[in-house]
Amino acid sequence: MSMAFKLFLLLFILSHNAYAEALYQHLGNKAQALSQQLQYNLTISPDGQGLPIGKGNATQGAKLFKQQCSSCHGPAGIGASAEPLVGEVGSLRSNYPEKTVNSYWPYATTLFDYIRRAMPIDAPFSLTADEVYALSAYILNQDDIIANDVELNEETLPKVIMPNIDGFISFYPDPN
Amino acid sequence: MTSSSIQNRRQFLKTAALSGVIAGSYSLPVIAGIDKFELTDSLPDSMKTPGQDFTNYGQPSLHEQRVIRWISANPAAPGNGVSWTPLHDLQGTITPNGLHYERHHNGVPEIDPQTHTLLIDGLVEHPLSFNIANLLRYPMKSRTCFIECGGNSNSGWRSNPIQSQAGYAHGLVSNAEWTGIPLKLLLNEAGIKPSAKWAIAEGADGASLNVSIPIEKLLDDALLALYQNGERLRPENGYPIRLVLPGWEGILNVKWLRQLRLSEHPAMTRDETSQYTDLLPDGKARQFSFINDAKSLITSPSLGMQLPDNPGIYQISGLAWSGRGKISRVEISADGGETWVDAELEGPILDKAFTRFHLAWQWQGQYAILQSRATDETGYVQPTRDVLLANRGKHGFFHYNAIVSWEITEEGDINHVYGF
Repeated sequence: MSMAFKLFLLLFILSHNAYAEALYQHLGNKAQALSQQLQYNLTISPDGQGLPIGKGNATQGAKLFKQQCSSCHGPAGIGASAEPLVGEVGSLRSNYPEKTVNSYWPYATTLFDYIRRAMPIDAPFSLTADEVYALSAYILNQDDIIANDVELNEETLPKVIMPNIDGFISFYPDPN
Repeated sequence: MTSSSIQNRRQFLKTAALSGVIAGSYSLPVIAGIDKFELTDSLPDSMKTPGQDFTNYGQPSLHEQRVIRWISANPAAPGNGVSWTPLHDLQGTITPNGLHYERHHNGVPEIDPQTHTLLIDGLVEHPLSFNIANLLRYPMKSRTCFIECGGNSNSGWRSNPIQSQAGYAHGLVSNAEWTGIPLKLLLNEAGIKPSAKWAIAEGADGASLNVSIPIEKLLDDALLALYQNGERLRPENGYPIRLVLPGWEGILNVKWLRQLRLSEHPAMTRDETSQYTDLLPDGKARQFSFINDAKSLITSPSLGMQLPDNPGIYQISGLAWSGRGKISRVEISADGGETWVDAELEGPILDKAFTRFHLAWQWQGQYAILQSRATDETGYVQPTRDVLLANRGKHGFFHYNAIVSWEITEEGDINHVYGF
């Protein structure tokens, strides 16, 4: 084959591939081990998958809340610079609906997921698993979603039924 | 010979050459008659001295320093808030990178691309990690599209019309050319298991923001963006990598992306349950309402401007966009929606991108209500505020896309009003 013909073939192959399917090298690194590491297992599912071992109750949570949360969320979880966390259960149909954790959030597992990754806002991931369970218990107990003496842990937290569990209509797939 | 006489001579020669007249002809006395002091007096300073040095990275004119993003953040947590694109000060369709809107949940992280990793795992054949150097070797595509925060224009839900400039009430939307890797290349490399329906995306910021995204969208037109308007992403827009999901609300376009975990079900994270859901009057809420419906806005004339001539001719100009496709029509009303006239759409009209519209308006000095109404290629028509509220109630908070009404007073002042 002449050099010119070889070049023609090469170009043909390249351009043909560019239109049919991109020609590229697979450069991902095998990451089975990385995928198992805690730092890549932060998301907690409603069924409790991802929850770490630990425990806490509302009494412990009340003490922590005062230290860690009340400066933004108010001494009772409502009324300061941050969003209200408690109260207003049953208000969503009213003329003045309030979307608090207890009135609006459909899953209690989201509390653990969110507190651990994002709170306190100036020191995310600074709370231990026990502390996050305790704070979750305190917030839920404020509206009697759980009793004062309930210990939240990786088994009990996913079993908590939130008042607004049936409050959402999925718009995916798009109904329009 | 003095330097000024050399200059005069040069000018002459140049003039002579251009006009084709031979040196020494009758035109000489005309050129020689220019007084150098007269020129010195009449020329602007910029023409009489060398200008500024070169710059490694250009900045806007000192005279444009008032054209800024308006920051609205929580004083107790200054990294949690937004900054608004000044749509009322801009023209064309591309948002300059320094003015692209921001929504951060806990500040802008400083990320070293040498140490940043993207992990794709969960329901895949092979969990894979990618470093930035490797990602830069993949085939890339460029896509111009808008990104709009689900909470844009949410002051519209309030019972009194907010008196903010157009961009500072509706500018949580921006439009850029994003360049990056089609997500499907990376997902296919990892091998998608049939049971995978969602991907949980997570950012490497101080909020570790996580949301669930349908795989279908990631395989369709999603990009893993590395470039924004030709340059690498700005830190506040996700450097070194972010998701771009054309037409879908901002929260899903996860910045500083560190992980995509494929799963069968959504994770029900805070930002897809307690936020970015639309509460309806019956107490139920729309969830996973990802697509930004068609919307438009007159950016000029708009609140904060003044019509100087009465009567006078004004160039009405604005932006229209839809998360469902191309804008097919924009109509303008000057009488609060009684009559409508088609605006001129400036091409090219791109899918899920800003479209600029124009219409010359001869104002006779009368009281007027200026409005724009967008229609997209699916036939969806931007609703009036009354219609939007009739469908969604008063407490939707997110996904407000109603027609915006600017009141023009007989004095040429402009106010934001409801009721049209």
